[in-house]
Formats: sequence, C-alpha cells, structure tokens
Amino acid sequence: MKAKKKWYDHLWIFSLTYLILGFVNILFAWLGMICFIVPLVISICWGNKAYCNKFCGRGQLFSMLGGHFGLSRKKDMPKWMKSKYFRYGFLIFFFTMFFIMLWNTYLVFAGQRPLGQKIKLLWTFKVPWHWAYHGTVFSDGVAQFAFGFYSIMLTSTILGYVTMILFKPRSWCVYCPMGTMTQLICKAKKRDEVTDRS
Amino acid sequence: MKRKASVDKSLCVACGCCVKVCPRAAISVPNGINAVIDEALCVGCGKCAKECPASVISLEEADNES
Repeated sequence: MKAKKKWYDHLWIFSLTYLILGFVNILFAWLGMICFIVPLVISICWGNKAYCNKFCGRGQLFSMLGGHFGLSRKKDMPKWMKSKYFRYGFLIFFFTMFFIMLWNTYLVFAGQRPLGQKIKLLWTFKVPWHWAYHGTVFSDGVAQFAFGFYSIMLTSTILGYVTMILFKPRSWCVYCPMGTMTQLICKAKKRDEVTDRS
Repeated sequence: MKRKASVDKSLCVACGCCVKVCPRAAISVPNGINAVIDEALCVGCGKCAKECPASVISLEEADNES
C-alpha cells in the first residue's frame, strides 16, 4: 500500500526550479535563503526536524533521481563519513566558507572591490557566469551575494549528487550542514526542557 | 522469532527517510533527535534499513517478544 502523496511531497519542483533560475537570472539565488531560514525557524520554534523529514526539496530530488530513476549505487557510505567528526567538521567548514562569502559581499557593498560575475564551484573553480547577470536596481553587493550564495547552493548540490551516485540516494542528508545544525538545535532544546523540569 | 528494525541512535541524523518509506507508519523522529521505531507496529520488512542514507538501521531478532 502506498501512502497518499501530500502537497509537500512535490517540493522537489521548487528545488529544481531554483537550480534552473540561477542560470537565467542570478538574482533568483536570493530565494535560496528560504532553505536556510525555514529549517532554522522550525527547529528553534518547534524543536523538530519537520523540514528534513517532510519539506526538503533537495532531499526529495535526490531520492527521486537516486531511487526512482536508479542513478544511485545504493551502497553503504564509508564509516568516517557518518562520524560526528566529519559531520561537525563539515558544518564548521561550510559556515566558515559562508562567512567568507558574506565578507566578500560586504567588500563589494563598501565599494572596495568590484562585482565578480563568477560562480565558484567546490570553493575552488571559478566559472564565468556573466550571462546570468542583467544588472540590478540595488547595490552591486546584492548581486555579489547572489553569485556567492548560488555558488554555495550549486556546490552542495554537486557534492550531494556525487554521493547520491556513489552511496544511498539521500547521502547528502548525512552531512548536510543545515541538517546537522538543526539536529544540534533540537538536541539542545530537548536538553533545556529536561533541565527546566527537574 | 521475529525480526524488528533497530536504529543506532548515536549515528542517526534524523533525516526522516525511514519515516517516508515505512509501510506501517511505525517510525517517527520525536523532537528531531533520532528515529524511533514502534516495535508493536514494525513487521521487520527492512525497507527503512535499505533507505537509511547512513545505513544505521538494522534488522534484529526480537526474541523476547511473542
């Protein structure tokens, strides 16, 4: 018996559209903030992982490509990859890179650096992306953030895609920085609750 | 002897992939910490174990149950 699909089972469409829009106009990258803010708000306000469990469009996309379309080998991932050291280490690395990106955005805002119309893949490879930039009515910094943020989103999609092929479809979930962070928030919230009661 | 799914809680990432595939709605992720299996509902089909991206669910003999 297959469970009836709910509205949120189709959120993979959002994730796919987001990836495509980044090729059309880079300013759409700002929409990706939803994927950062919503899981945080849910975990902080309600103390659960409903975002991962139900709404995450990227997870659904990987599950579909790896499961339905059979693009995954469906093998177990190596032990080190699911260890706390790796998960927390990747979280720290990811957010360090995120804050460096914010700093670069600030420099463009402050007029100390020109707008770089490039996407940086895997934190290393610079790819020309000027064709998705059609100017902005705001500061150049707004566009710089879009380039930087889309770089992060595309990079993590690529990583997730590679581990989807190599291991289980949703391998990304194991080391997803947002997932690790929301789980930590949930754990901390639960601990507070227990100590409050005693 | 019946086989039931069992989660290694220390390694569970609480992603909820197992919840989605369970045909008996026997799995939940209370408080977003780790997956919990309701042994009364679990039929030991192993779908969750197969789906788990971290491969931390296994089927184990639950011999103390009737």
